[in-house]
Amino acid sequence: MTKLTSGISRRNIIKTSAVGAGALAMPLVFTGSAGAYTNEPKGSDVTFGFNVPQTGAYADEGADELRAYELAVEHINGEGDGGMMNTMKPLSLKGNGVNGKKVKYVTGDTQTKADAARASAKSMIEKDGAIMISGGSSSGVAIAVQGLCQDAGVIFMAGLTHSNDTTGKDKKANGFRHFFNAYMSAAALAPVLKSAYGDDRNVYHLTADYTWGWTQEKSIVAATEAMGWNTVKTVLTPLTTKDFSSYIAPIIASGADTLVLNHYGGNMINSLTSAVEFGLRGKQVNGKDFQIIVPLYSRLMAQGAGENVKGIYGSTNWHWSLQDEGSQAFVKSFGKKYKRPPSQAAHTTYVQALLYADACERSGTFNPCGVGEALEGHKFDGMGNGPTEYRAADHQCFKDVLVVKGKEKPESDFDLLEVVEVTPRAQVEYAPDHEMFAGGSLGKCNPGA
Amino acid sequence: MDAVFLQFLNGLDKGSAYALIALGLTLIFGTLGVVNFAHGALFMIGAFCAVVMRKILTLESVVLSTTEKTPWGDAKEIRTPYIETWFGDVGTTMIEYSVIFSIFFAIPVMMFIGVVMERGLIKHFYKRPHADQILVTFGLAIVLQEVIKAWFGANPIPQPAPASLTGSVDVGIWLGMTAESLVYPLWRLIYFAFSAIIIACTFAFLQLTTYGMVVRAGMADRETVGLLGIDIDKRFTFMFGLAAVITGLAGVMYTPILSPNYTLGMDFLVLCFVVVVVGGMGSLPGAVVAGFLLGILQSFAAMNEVKAILPGIDQIIIYLVAVIVLMTRPRGLMGRKGVMED
Repeated sequence: MTKLTSGISRRNIIKTSAVGAGALAMPLVFTGSAGAYTNEPKGSDVTFGFNVPQTGAYADEGADELRAYELAVEHINGEGDGGMMNTMKPLSLKGNGVNGKKVKYVTGDTQTKADAARASAKSMIEKDGAIMISGGSSSGVAIAVQGLCQDAGVIFMAGLTHSNDTTGKDKKANGFRHFFNAYMSAAALAPVLKSAYGDDRNVYHLTADYTWGWTQEKSIVAATEAMGWNTVKTVLTPLTTKDFSSYIAPIIASGADTLVLNHYGGNMINSLTSAVEFGLRGKQVNGKDFQIIVPLYSRLMAQGAGENVKGIYGSTNWHWSLQDEGSQAFVKSFGKKYKRPPSQAAHTTYVQALLYADACERSGTFNPCGVGEALEGHKFDGMGNGPTEYRAADHQCFKDVLVVKGKEKPESDFDLLEVVEVTPRAQVEYAPDHEMFAGGSLGKCNPGA
Repeated sequence: MDAVFLQFLNGLDKGSAYALIALGLTLIFGTLGVVNFAHGALFMIGAFCAVVMRKILTLESVVLSTTEKTPWGDAKEIRTPYIETWFGDVGTTMIEYSVIFSIFFAIPVMMFIGVVMERGLIKHFYKRPHADQILVTFGLAIVLQEVIKAWFGANPIPQPAPASLTGSVDVGIWLGMTAESLVYPLWRLIYFAFSAIIIACTFAFLQLTTYGMVVRAGMADRETVGLLGIDIDKRFTFMFGLAAVITGLAGVMYTPILSPNYTLGMDFLVLCFVVVVVGGMGSLPGAVVAGFLLGILQSFAAMNEVKAILPGIDQIIIYLVAVIVLMTRPRGLMGRKGVMED
C-alpha cells in the first residue's frame, strides 16, 4: 500500500472531494457570476425573465400578462408605436433597448404555485441569465419569488399581487410593486360604500384562506367598521372550494344584510355565483336590500362571473376605459396588436417592464443596487394612474385607485365594469409603519455576486 | 331549525351530483371491471357540451360599423346571433334555454365518446391489473383536461340557467313553515329532480328490460352469459356509453351551479371514488345511497355551529366517514362479496 505524502492523505482527499461536490451542487445563483453582480450582461443584449401562470387556474391572466410583456419589450427596443413610452414622464429610454443593449426575454410558468414559481424563476436566472424577474398572479407566488430574487441578487418587479404583506412584513430590498394593495382597496371602497349603502350595515365575510385573503379581510373589516358597519362573522374558505353553497346557506340565517367576498379568481366566480343563486341579492334583511361587495375585481374574473357582477362594487388597479393619455396609448397599442383591450394584469406588468428598463437607463447600469436606487422614490406620470411614486420606505407604488361597479348594460365581453370613482392617492396612502404593514424590513439590496 | 333544513336541501343537491357520477362509475366497474379514473373527465366533457351548445346557438354574423370605432381605432364589430336574425324572439328564447337544449346534444355526444373510449383504449386493459387501468385512465383524464383547456381556455365559462328557472323558491311554505324561512334556488331543486329521474330511469332500464336483465346477468357471471350465445361485450360497450351519458348529463345540468372550466373533472373525481367505495364497489344502489349520504353529511359539517366545535370538519368529513365505513364494513355499505377482493 502506498503511503500518501505531502499532506495528501485519504482523509484530506475525502474532505476536499466533499467541499468540491458541495460547491458544484450549490446553485450558481448563490455563488455569483464572474461579473460585479448576478448575470451582468456582457454581450449586445440583455435578458428579462417573465414568470407568469401559463398553466393552472390563472392561465388566462398569465396569457394577458405575457402579451403585455411582449409589447413592452417591443416598445423598449423601439419597435411598434411606442405605447406608453410616448406618454411616460420622465423618460430616459431612447427606444434602442436599455443601456444600448437590445432586450430579449424568457418566460417561466408559475402554475400559480409558490414552489413551481420559485423553480421557474431560479431556472431563468441560472440557466437563461435573466437580469430581472417580473410577473405573477398571486400574492403567495409573488412573496415566494420576491424572496428568491432577494437571495439571488436580481430585481423582482411584482405583477398582480394585492396582499398587504408583499410590501409589508414580506417586503424585500430587491422587490418592487406597482399594483395596489388590500389596504388601498378598502380605503378607496369605504366612502363609496357608505354613500351607496349608508352607515348601518351588518356584514358577513367569506375569505380565501391564504395571505391575500387574510390581509384583504383585515383591511376591509377595519375600513367598514370605522364607518359604522358591524361585522357579523368572518369565515375562512379553503382555496380549493368550488361549490360555496354550504358557506352561503348560513349567511341567510345570520341576520347579515351585506356579504363581502374576499375572494379572487375562480373562488370569486364560484362564490358570487352561489350567492346570487341563493337569492341573496334580491333579499330584504333588516328592512334593507341585501348587498354583495367584491373588494378586488378583475375584468377576467368579471367575464367568468357573467351577469352576476352587475351592480356589484369593487376596486381595481386600472381599467381600459380610462381616458388619460397614457391609458389610451396603451389600449391603442395593445388593441391593435391583440384585438382586445388589456386587463389590469396586462397593464401592471407592462408598466413594470417599462419602469424597470427606465430605471436601468437612468442609473446607467443593470446592477440591482443601482436600479433599486433609481426606482426608490421615483416619481412618474403618464402611465394610467395619475402622478405615481415608488415609495422608498417599502417599494410600494402610490397612485390613484379605481372604484368600479359591474356594468348593468355591457356592450361587449370586455365591457363589464364601469369606473364609478377615481380615488385620489392621498386617500389611500398610509405610513410605512402602519400596523397592517408592520414587521419585516427591506434589508439591504443584494447584487448577487 | 331552518338552517338545518337548508343544509339538508343543500346536501340533497350535492348528493345528486355525487350520486349521478358515482352511478356511472359503478356501472363501468360493475360491467367491465375497469377502475376508470377518466370518469371525472366525462363529467367535465358533459359540462362543456353545454358550452359548445351555447356557442353553436350564439354563432354570430359580424358586420363592421361604419360609424363606431374600438378604443384602438379599428371599426367596431356589430355581432348578431344568426339564430336571432332567422327566428327573432324564438331565437332569443332558444339561446336562453341553451342548457336545456344541451341535454339533447350531450346524449349522442357522450354516448359516442364513451364507446370510442371503451373500444379505442380501455378494452385493451381489461385483463391487466387494476393499477395499469388506473394509470392509463388517469393519463387519459389529464389529456382530456389539457385538450379542453387548449380549446376553451382556463377561465370558467358561465352558463346561465333560463331566466324563468333562476331565482329562489319559498320551500318553507310548501312544508308549512312561515314565509321566507326556507328559501332555496329553483335550479338546484330542478337538478335534484333531474337526478332522481335519471337514477330511476337507469334502475328501471336495468331491472325492467330484457337488455338490462342480460347486462345484470353478465355482471354476475360474464362467461355463462357468453356461453348462451349472447355477445356480452357489445352490451357492455353500450353500458360504458350509457355511463358516459349519465355522467355527461350530470355535468350539463351542473353548469348553472358551477361555471365549467377544465379542472371540473378532477374536482369531482376523488370525491366520487370515495362515494363508490363507501357505497360498495360494484353496487349501484350503494353508489346512490352513499352519494346522497355524503352530500348531506358534507353540508351539515359546513354549518358554522358544527365547525365551531370541530374546526375543519367540513374538509375531512367524507374521508372520515369512508374510514369508519371501511373499518366496520370492509365491502362498503352495500358491497357484494368477491368484488375487488381478488
